[in-house]
Amino acid sequence: MPKDSNGLTLDGQGKPLWLSLEITYRCPLKCSWCNNPLDFDDYAACELSTDEWKRVLRESRELGALQLGFTGGEPLQRTDLEELVAYANDLGFYTNLITSGIGLTEARLVALKAAGLKQIQLSLQATEAAVTDALVGATAHERKLDAARRIKAHGFPMVLNMPVFRQNIGMTDAMIAWAAELGIEYIEFANIQYYNWALVNRDELMPTLEQVREAEQVVQRWRDKLGKKMTIYFVIPDYYEGRPKACMNGWGAIHLTIAPDGVAMPCQEARVIPGLEFESVRDKPLAWLWHESPLFRKYRGLDWLPEPCVSCDEKEKDFGGCRCQAFLLTGDAGNTDPACGRSPHHARVREAADTAARPLRFRKPLFKRAAGTVTTAFLED
Amino acid sequence: MTITSTATDRRPQLSPHFMFRWEASQDAYILLYPEGLIKLNPSAGEILKRCDGEHTVAELIADLQDAFPGPADDIDQGVRAFLDVATDKGWLHA
Repeated sequence: MPKDSNGLTLDGQGKPLWLSLEITYRCPLKCSWCNNPLDFDDYAACELSTDEWKRVLRESRELGALQLGFTGGEPLQRTDLEELVAYANDLGFYTNLITSGIGLTEARLVALKAAGLKQIQLSLQATEAAVTDALVGATAHERKLDAARRIKAHGFPMVLNMPVFRQNIGMTDAMIAWAAELGIEYIEFANIQYYNWALVNRDELMPTLEQVREAEQVVQRWRDKLGKKMTIYFVIPDYYEGRPKACMNGWGAIHLTIAPDGVAMPCQEARVIPGLEFESVRDKPLAWLWHESPLFRKYRGLDWLPEPCVSCDEKEKDFGGCRCQAFLLTGDAGNTDPACGRSPHHARVREAADTAARPLRFRKPLFKRAAGTVTTAFLED
Repeated sequence: MTITSTATDRRPQLSPHFMFRWEASQDAYILLYPEGLIKLNPSAGEILKRCDGEHTVAELIADLQDAFPGPADDIDQGVRAFLDVATDKGWLHA
């Protein structure tokens, strides 16, 4: 045996280790930061069938996929979820359910457990019912708490996910206290990313730097107190860091997302980028889509990088950041992510952050996610 | 290295919620858990495979010394060092 037994590596070796299946965009909630497309309603009529999803599972497993997230929309809206989980489990996937908790009845939880579901990620937006319900546009809070208790009662490991924005960032402390009492093992504070619905509402949602720093301190205090009892993830908002995130660990590196209509994407937001060719598993083999398609090859690796990335010593750390953010804020997905302080477009990010810090300004109500609320023309002006 | 985690009468076991198995596409043992995935190097895999909650640290060291060539002391130290790391990361509990 080698002396050094501590060397542990995770290298995708060109395999899509992480598979996300957006099995539907249908959802009973109306969250103003939803990352689904603005025209989510158009997808209901063209969702993949049960058999088509099974083929996706087989083909992605053959490509080496291991971690699997069933997401949406609200994946519980699909009545064949349990059948798909069982099928994926048999293929050797580690199956995760990413849910709002709405529709997670006792009967479905029992069926999901029997199907081999390994883990549940539950979203919760606030510790007070009135706040949660107003934010998600439905009477959801109590049902979410019930779901959390049931998930624990059935012995699932659970990740509690709180999307973080101005309206709830002050509840970080109360949220950890509640989660600790329930025995939740993982809690994730996901400072939201500003795409789609969140971008529409960005000026109202973005917290100030001061709020973010305060929340970070709260998290650190709880980490010190709870030790290994709970893992607390705090996803740093790149707007304030001056460094871009290593988005998806690089385009087409280890993440593969399949949209409800079977379109294969390097990330869930990739469709905001115009001019790319999006192709469905209905028309092409998944192996070709992953390895060969123009979409996945477009920003894969480091060869396509622009300046200042090319001559930057951090390019192998962040791969130039996020393509979608580069497009949305600079108009060209091939630019350096403007979240980077070295980007010539970094001022765009600073402007958004400065708007968040302005104390006296006109406040608008949040746009709720709903069919026909906003047309995509909004982004094409 | 703490005395607790390397005590030879400890019976290390994979923590609940961790899935350990052979993965042909990686030609390696892997650990799967909520939000995570780790490919284990060959020696880490051989050690974890033996952490069944029934065998003591002393027994699994002896077993590995039988199964693999190399100085017994090196194996002893390598296993203890790995068990420390794996316990610290929460993969194993006593």
